[in-house]
Amino acid sequence: MKTIYFDNNATTRIAPEVLEEMEPYLIDLYGNPSSMHTFGGQLHNKIEEARAKVGGLIGAEPEEIVFMSCGTESDNTALKSAIESYPQKRHIVTTRVEHPAVFNFAKHLARKGYRATFLPVDNRGRLDMDAFSKAFDDDTAVVSIMYANNETGVIFPIEEIGGILRERKILFHTDAVQAVGKLPIDLKRLPIDMLSLSGHKLHAPKGIGALYVRKGTRFYPYIIGGHQENGRRAGTENVGSIIGLGKACELAGKNLEKETAYLSKLRNKLERNLLKDCPDVRINGDTEHRLPNTTNISFEYVEGEAILLRLNEYGICASSGSACTSGSLEPSHVLRAMGIPFTAIHGSIRFSLSRYNTEAEIDKVSEIMPKIIKELRELSPFGKEKIKK
Amino acid sequence: MWDYTKKVKELFLHPKNIGEIGNPDAIGEVGSMICGDALRLTLKIDEKSNKITDAKFRTFGCASAIASSSALTEVIKGKTIDEALKISNQDIADYLGGLPKEKMHCSVMGREALEAAIANYRGEKKAPEKEEKIICECFEVSEEKIRKVAIENHLTTVEDITNYTKAGGGCGSCIPEIEAILKDIWFVKPVPEKPAMPKKLTNLQKIALIQDIIEKEIRPRLQADGGDLELIDIEGNKVIIGLRAMCVGCLMGDVTIKGIEDKLKELVSDDITVEVG
Repeated sequence: MKTIYFDNNATTRIAPEVLEEMEPYLIDLYGNPSSMHTFGGQLHNKIEEARAKVGGLIGAEPEEIVFMSCGTESDNTALKSAIESYPQKRHIVTTRVEHPAVFNFAKHLARKGYRATFLPVDNRGRLDMDAFSKAFDDDTAVVSIMYANNETGVIFPIEEIGGILRERKILFHTDAVQAVGKLPIDLKRLPIDMLSLSGHKLHAPKGIGALYVRKGTRFYPYIIGGHQENGRRAGTENVGSIIGLGKACELAGKNLEKETAYLSKLRNKLERNLLKDCPDVRINGDTEHRLPNTTNISFEYVEGEAILLRLNEYGICASSGSACTSGSLEPSHVLRAMGIPFTAIHGSIRFSLSRYNTEAEIDKVSEIMPKIIKELRELSPFGKEKIKK
Repeated sequence: MWDYTKKVKELFLHPKNIGEIGNPDAIGEVGSMICGDALRLTLKIDEKSNKITDAKFRTFGCASAIASSSALTEVIKGKTIDEALKISNQDIADYLGGLPKEKMHCSVMGREALEAAIANYRGEKKAPEKEEKIICECFEVSEEKIRKVAIENHLTTVEDITNYTKAGGGCGSCIPEIEAILKDIWFVKPVPEKPAMPKKLTNLQKIALIQDIIEKEIRPRLQADGGDLELIDIEGNKVIIGLRAMCVGCLMGDVTIKGIEDKLKELVSDDITVEVG
């Protein structure tokens, strides 16, 4: 059975071009870039080339890019750096819909005595800008607001947010793990001080990420040790993956416009089909400001894990905000923050696409999904009257 | 991904006894869509032999909830109602070749639906909700259910209780209460009595006591959840507090305040009221 992978916000396939570029550095050129001999030392240049490519995708100077081990490390480092750099400030601002890498770190700081503000969103997942404008004061060390949401794909008005914070001289970090490679981002123009990105969301391998730190921003490292990354992130460089991330960013930049159009065409077709063929469904999130590859759909009267495991039988991969899939009993904090009724959260399914998906796959899922929903609704004690109609 | 047995997968993909018996002799309904799973069980029972001649179900829930429901109907068919009542949630799990421990609550739901159906057949009315003491507000789990499931399955930790009943799996504020229930069940020594209070506290003693309880008992618990509070003032028996951190705007705010009030009533004086300043 051929896998239909519609879970690209979870992780992506390594692009063949990326793997090819990495291969020599995983096999023959295994040196340590810090070494004095050429065998290791020559890798330093390759890392700098990759740094320039990563910067190139987001309009950053190479020296503003610090390689990290993943998106989470990048997010944690940004927040930790902010509070270490401004020890007299005891307040941070973030949102109720952040990825756990920011959300739980903010809660951790709150337990340590920091004041943490978690900004609300409306029922379409849009940031409450009124609450935002009142949230910060002179005690605020950092504001961390995600670029685009991983569950719904909703994009926040980062430029406007950054502009307001720049005026107030408050440090601004954004978790752009889902946005980089999917949206055009130009940090020369955007008022952002720190930005996190992750390799495996854009067809580079897992275990590599980067933090953009704008020139002139106070910075304090999280991982302390050797001199690597200009003293901003200790630890021997993950050479192969850094080179892979560089290549992946180059590819993303080259095809961004074309890919965006392709992905939104596929996504919109899938949405149209499912809305047409399944009664009692709703799209979660602001469809006007949304990543081109993501859709989050609630199927009433059925539970997400059951849907996913039925899809699994056809080799179709997706994810759900249902409680049963998370390992905890609590359903998605993002959909709850949006005030989506519990009944709709339990039946929520996220499809997230990539350049490797095809229209044939969309057709296949469009055909199978209504069947699964119908079968599971037959099993469900709810919604019977409506279905009969 | 959950490690489901072959039997769970089989009964999830091809469940048996789906639907609803027309004109049933017994109906058992448990759970709710809000909690994430629900089961409606209908039975046909032979009046003379008291045998369950047919059983059908409809379930809203995950794969293991659907498989557990299907297993339940298979197990009880042909049994008398007395025999059926001897079936434990563990029997349902065993029929499935086991369930991941986080999913044991699905087997408990099956057993509860059966009990509800038989009570319905016998014309027993369920004890009115109000008499049950709800321990877990998030998933509406009563003390009675926690005690029953704990004893039947020999559960000794809060984590086990959460896996089997969901209690404690939401906001977590009932975890100390679950701990106390478990202590009460499994420890030979009774839970120590609270120290006897002096009959009449002076105002200063009372203020000091309230401050002490808030610092040592209440704040650490809120902080563990990302919340916090500040004691603003004490006027007579009125304690005025401010909610901080994650408590601000928290949906469980009222429950939190009620919990603080109960604690202070228990440890200081029955007349204490708590208000947000």
